[in-house]
Amino acid sequence: MNKPLITLTDVSTTVQNSTGTSINILKKLNLTINEGDFITVLGSNGAGKSTLFNVIAGGIKATTGTIKLNNRDITHESELKRTKYISRVFQDPKLGTAPRMTVAENLLLALNRRHSFSLMPRHLNKHLAEFTQITKQMGNGLDQRLQTSVGSLSGGQRQALSFLMATIQKPELLLLDEHTAALDPKTSAQLMHLTNEKVTSNAQTALMITHNLEDALTYGNRLIVLHDGQITLDVTGTAKEQLTKDDLLNYFASY
Amino acid sequence: MSILVSAIGQGLIWAVLGLGLFLTFRILNFADMSVEGTFPLGAATAVALIHNGVNPYLAMLAAAGAGALAGLVTGLLYTKGKIPILLAGILTMTAIFSINLRILNGANLSLLNQKTVLNSHFMQQLPPFFNTVFVGMIVLAVIIGGLIYLLQTNFGQAFIATGNNPTMAQSFGINSDSMTIFGLMLSNALIAFGGALIAQNNGYADVNMGIGIIVIALASIIIGEVAFGDLSLNFRLIAIAVGSIFYRFVLLLVLQLGFNPNDLNLLSAIVLALALLTPKLQHIFKIKNVLKGSVTRHE
Repeated sequence: MNKPLITLTDVSTTVQNSTGTSINILKKLNLTINEGDFITVLGSNGAGKSTLFNVIAGGIKATTGTIKLNNRDITHESELKRTKYISRVFQDPKLGTAPRMTVAENLLLALNRRHSFSLMPRHLNKHLAEFTQITKQMGNGLDQRLQTSVGSLSGGQRQALSFLMATIQKPELLLLDEHTAALDPKTSAQLMHLTNEKVTSNAQTALMITHNLEDALTYGNRLIVLHDGQITLDVTGTAKEQLTKDDLLNYFASY
Repeated sequence: MSILVSAIGQGLIWAVLGLGLFLTFRILNFADMSVEGTFPLGAATAVALIHNGVNPYLAMLAAAGAGALAGLVTGLLYTKGKIPILLAGILTMTAIFSINLRILNGANLSLLNQKTVLNSHFMQQLPPFFNTVFVGMIVLAVIIGGLIYLLQTNFGQAFIATGNNPTMAQSFGINSDSMTIFGLMLSNALIAFGGALIAQNNGYADVNMGIGIIVIALASIIIGEVAFGDLSLNFRLIAIAVGSIFYRFVLLLVLQLGFNPNDLNLLSAIVLALALLTPKLQHIFKIKNVLKGSVTRHE
């Protein structure tokens, strides 16, 4: 088995709702993500899927418990620091890109994420050939629009760009938060296909939240179900391959 | 003739404010009210220092420094204190009013018989009003050149991204709080510098000279945008300078029509409102379609 990349131990999160009462979203959750895992995450609304992502990315701090990355305790590390090794693609295509900057400018920012943003000229032209090549793989005409501002792209192109930007510098962990949910069925399937290709060919460790049971079954080597702040189902390998849509529907019906 | 030269000179030196405000209004995407305080702060700092015998160039640098400090205060209130930007700016602006009274040791201070950057021996050789044109050109060339360089660096791109989409910027390791504070500091430094320049041109600093400044600075940005339409970032900076000169011509015209200088703020607001309304008005009256109509219909 591969070695563990991220380990969450007894992680709980408490948030105050609008009336001031505190509620637990994650309840002593335990999860070990191994290097190269492509995990699909299922769960009903309010189960804590997004909170799980926020805790891993650092947007919400764990109230109790620890999070370790490569055996290093990152429980208290800031979200900004974690962006150096954790990438995230959101559901809303607008969240991942800068609309008034061009496609190439957006890609260059993503390329620079590990480096500091220095006072040296940006040398955009030096990277154009590279950008054309990687956008061509997307097969949606993005390579023809490198000099257009992102705001004028279609939602599908914009989300494909968000995905490219999140992976252009291979992160240690990729978080996909229903990243194809806002797209039409055809575009969504296209991006899902690309995602799978990129994640598997790069042995990219990834977590993908989805409400699409078929996607959850088709893609990835592991499937987890979140319910009421805990992981209630965790299947890997052959067990996952044998799992059917009916099994999952029966499983959800039992709550 | 000299009245036109005067308007061009005024337009050039006032363009410094438009450039400063551009950083917050167009790049960071918010209206920073602190400029109404930092403009007279820069003027007061420079005039008080020159009055006390300090070299006018040094005095202007000190004015820019004071502006940057004020920007830092607004930036900290906004990013770390989570105070809405409009209120944060108003707080800074209000506080600066008292500070200006202390700096000037009164409501105003004159530069009578003092050496300024605009009345050196060389400047006095120039035809009337050409001193502001000369100084304005140099100052704008340096500021626009500097901003063009800065915005095309990796740092500048990160700064632009912050204003465009803070969530995205943050997720690529850009500290959006620091970028916002940086933008406010640079913007207010430029505006205070502009205040120092304009005070030397006017020959005095007055605590009330900041009223309506944000409208004037915005006017040069908006007029430039309305006049030139879609431009690349570099040319947008130059368009601000042109917009500022154009705005001075409009004011000149209005004054020639017999309006009272006391009406200037009202007129400034009306000019800006009209410029801001242009896209909407074009839509309502279909001006563009009417202009294009004869061409497209025969195509």
